[in-house]
This record gives sequence, C-alpha cells and structure tokens, in this order.
Amino acid sequence: MDIYAQNIMDHYKHPRHNGPLAKADAKHRALNQSCGDDITVFLKFSGDKIKQIKFIGQGCAISQAGISILSEELPGKTKKEVLAYGFDEIKKIFGIAISERRYNCAMLGLQAIQRAIIDKG
Amino acid sequence: MIKRSDFPILKRKINGRPLVYFDNASTVQKPGAVIKSLVDYYERHNANVHRGMSPLAAEVTRLYEESRQTVAAFIGAAPAEIIFTRGTTESINLVARTWGDRELRAGDIVILSLAEHHANIIPWLQLRDRIGIRLEYIPLHADGTWNMAAAKKLLDHKRAKLLAVSQVSNVLGIINPLAELLKLARCRGLVTLVDAAQSIAHLQINVQELACDFLVFSGHKIGGPTGIGVLFGRREILAALPPFLGGGEMIMEVTTKSFSVKEAPFRFEAGTPNIAGAIGLGAACRYLNKLDNRIIRARERELTAYFLKKIRTLRFIKILGTAKGKVPIFSLVIKNMHAHDAADLLGQEGIILRSGHHCAQPLHDFFQVPASLRASLSFYNTFQEIDFFVARLRELYQAFAIKPVKAFKKRAGF
Repeated sequence: MDIYAQNIMDHYKHPRHNGPLAKADAKHRALNQSCGDDITVFLKFSGDKIKQIKFIGQGCAISQAGISILSEELPGKTKKEVLAYGFDEIKKIFGIAISERRYNCAMLGLQAIQRAIIDKG
Repeated sequence: MIKRSDFPILKRKINGRPLVYFDNASTVQKPGAVIKSLVDYYERHNANVHRGMSPLAAEVTRLYEESRQTVAAFIGAAPAEIIFTRGTTESINLVARTWGDRELRAGDIVILSLAEHHANIIPWLQLRDRIGIRLEYIPLHADGTWNMAAAKKLLDHKRAKLLAVSQVSNVLGIINPLAELLKLARCRGLVTLVDAAQSIAHLQINVQELACDFLVFSGHKIGGPTGIGVLFGRREILAALPPFLGGGEMIMEVTTKSFSVKEAPFRFEAGTPNIAGAIGLGAACRYLNKLDNRIIRARERELTAYFLKKIRTLRFIKILGTAKGKVPIFSLVIKNMHAHDAADLLGQEGIILRSGHHCAQPLHDFFQVPASLRASLSFYNTFQEIDFFVARLRELYQAFAIKPVKAFKKRAGF
C-alpha cells in the first residue's frame, strides 16, 4: 500500500532539531484544535535572517515531518522571505503532493514560524 | 433480506479499489428506493405544499403529509407530534430556543452526559449565555458507560429541569440504559429530550415506550436525504410552545400589526419546507420497515462481534468505550499514529473512515486523546470488508512503528 513519501516518513520517525531552545529570540505554539496537532517553535535570528529553528510537538506525520523539514530548509532565509511563504512553497519544500484536506496539517509548522517572527516584530 | 445491491453507490470504486464504506455514523448510504422517490418527486409532482387549490399542490401536500404519517409510525408517535426540521442540530436548537427560553430561569439545571455530540451541548451553552441556566454533565465510567449513581444525584437537585442525552454515543456506540434514566427523570418531574441521531439507525425506537417529551434525529442517518430531520414533541408540550422561526406556512392570520399562529406541527415549520427531503425520508422509513429491525439488529450484532474479535488481534489498537452492548461504531486510538494519517492513507485504499474528535471534544478530553479513528458499520457491510480493513491497518502500523512517542503513549494509556 502507498504510504507517504520516504522523506516524510524519515522525518516523522527521526525528527531533526527536536527539542526546546533555551535562549530563543522568538517562540510560538501553534495548535490545530480540531485534531490535536501541536507545534512549538523556537527561533534564533542573525540580523534579518533566520539562524536556527528548533521545535517540540506531537500530531500527525504531515505536521511533524513538516516542521522537521522546515527546521532544515529555512535557516539562512530572511524573515521577509519566510513571511511570504504559502501553501505552494510548502508543497515544493516537502516534495510531495499534499491534498487540500491535509492543508492544516501541512501549514501548521510554517504558521508557527511566521507567527513567532511577527510577534517579535 | 439485506441486499447490498439495493445501494447503488456500493458498486463504485475509489482509486480502482472497491469502496469500503465505514463511515455510517456520519451518514448512511441511500437505497435506490429513496433515490427514486426524489427523482419521482421532481419529475412528476413538484409544487409547493399546503398552498393553492391546484391539483399539483393537493398531490404534493398529500405526499408530504403521508411522509409525516410514515415517520410518525416509524417511532410510535402521532403525525401531529412530528415536526420536520433540517436535522438533529436544528431540532435541538428549536427546543432550546422555544421551550428553553420560555420555561427555564437563571439557575435552573440542564443535565447532559459527557458523551454528548456538540449538537447537544452548544445550544444549551448558548441558552446559558442568554438566560443563565446551569449545565451539569453525567460523568462516565472508564468503559464509557454512564455513572448512574452520579446521574441520580444530579437528577435529585431541586433546580434540575431538563435531561437531554443521547441514546447511543456517536463515538462509543454504547447503548445507554436510557429507559432507566428517563424513568428516574420523569419521577422527579424533569422534561426529557432524547438525541436519537445514532440510535435511530440501529434500534427500534418507540416514543410511547420511552415516554420522553422530545426525541430528535436526522433523516440522512437512516438512508434518507440530507437536510431533513425530525423533532418529536409530545402533543401536550408542543401545544404550549411558542413558534420558532416566523414566516409563511406557520401563520393563521397576519395584519400589519400582528399575527396569529397555526397549531403544531405547522407552527414550527416556517417557509417552504424541504418537501423532497420529507418524501425521501418517508421512503427511507418504508425501506427499513420492509427490512425489519430484527434482521438489521441480528446482522449488526454479527458484524460487531466479528469486528471486535478481529480488531483485538491488533495489539497496537485501543478502543474507546470497552463496555459490552454496542452498535457497530468503533473509535480507535492507534499507537504511534495519528488518526488523520490512518484515515488519509486507508482512504487511498478505498476504506472510508472518519478521523478527529467526531464533534465530541469533551468526550475525547475524558479519554485524554486528541483524536480517534472511527469505523462505523451498517447492516450492508461485510466480514470481508472488516478483514480488508484489519489487514491494511496492520500494514500501515508496521510502516509507522519505530518512533516511540512517550507523551502520546502515556495519555492514550498504552
């Protein structure tokens, strides 16, 4: 039977940058109330760039693998670039087809990061 | 006799695989007889009801009222006690906004159970916000059954005015000891409302035997169309209720300054009703009458026993609500896997399931899980479908099993 793409299952089973970050410049917790997906992100900045992302969370494979992938892909990007990201960019970064019904799962990690950036100003 | 061929959709495929429809607690598939009644109505009879002198209007009014009689007989009620609504949700809201607004005062208590669907919680929370009533919830035992000792205590409270509970939970499938609880409530002078949204598909329901004041259900859960539902109200209690929505159909006389209303059930059916829906619901009741509830129950008992036997071979599955005496509704918690992943991936295999909290968040909080995977069967499902589901679930688990999620394990009780 078709399971998710290899990279998704790999990140789900072996999440990168998992754990809190003591001296984070910004943090935010994002929840999908309806299903219990739960992600807290911790960010470090270097000027206007994202330097480091760590996270803790639980939930479905798409949400948890997703934030793990973002924690690898986004450092080095500017805050402005990341704030402009949407569903199309997420699909490209994840490298899989994501159905509309998994939109909330796929977007949760990005939303947490964007909210953390915005709240920090 | 139960015939899968009565249900046209069961022939279709999903991604080239046979449809395994295990989401019957959400909505049930429609027998050909219901679909035909809808087509027949629109092709041959379409007109508005209770209006005008034309032969078409007379014909359609007769069909609509015949459906009311069929639905009434289906639950042992009188036709005048059957109000057509959009469904269970609207039925409960109607009671809260008419009976609740008129009869309840600040500090009065409405008793629900912890296993209620949001449709039987929110209207009462809204009423609380409007007039300051109190809500109390019958607590549950760990196996999902009502704590009857605690329920009695709640019923004994002198401000307790309404008991509103579901006969069968849409998550647990447990058949609650409703008759016993209703009797206790009645002895103490409470008004009673039964949410039969799930039980109506499985159990023979007779409102005379239950002696409840209100009973509500949706047509689409018994093979009728969506958008049609029922509020049963005991004749005496309906007679005293104010109207719900205002508009055509529900009035006797209107002047620029005032209006007078018709009697029940018409007083509660403002505007052009869902005529096709009512006719389709009548056809669904006739279909089920012909099948016979004893045959449906016997088949569902077999399916329930088989499902439980098979699912218990999967050590990584926990069933919410372990009590005996279930209709075939099973909510599962899977070790190391979120219900959404399971529903998504099994869906690709043609197995239609529901994941999430199934509009029963307080109940999922009680079990300390954010979501579950629900398989809900109907009499037309088969042992082979259960085998297929169990085999695919095992395969899926193997693909997911590596990562130990400690917090999740602890909360789900593994």
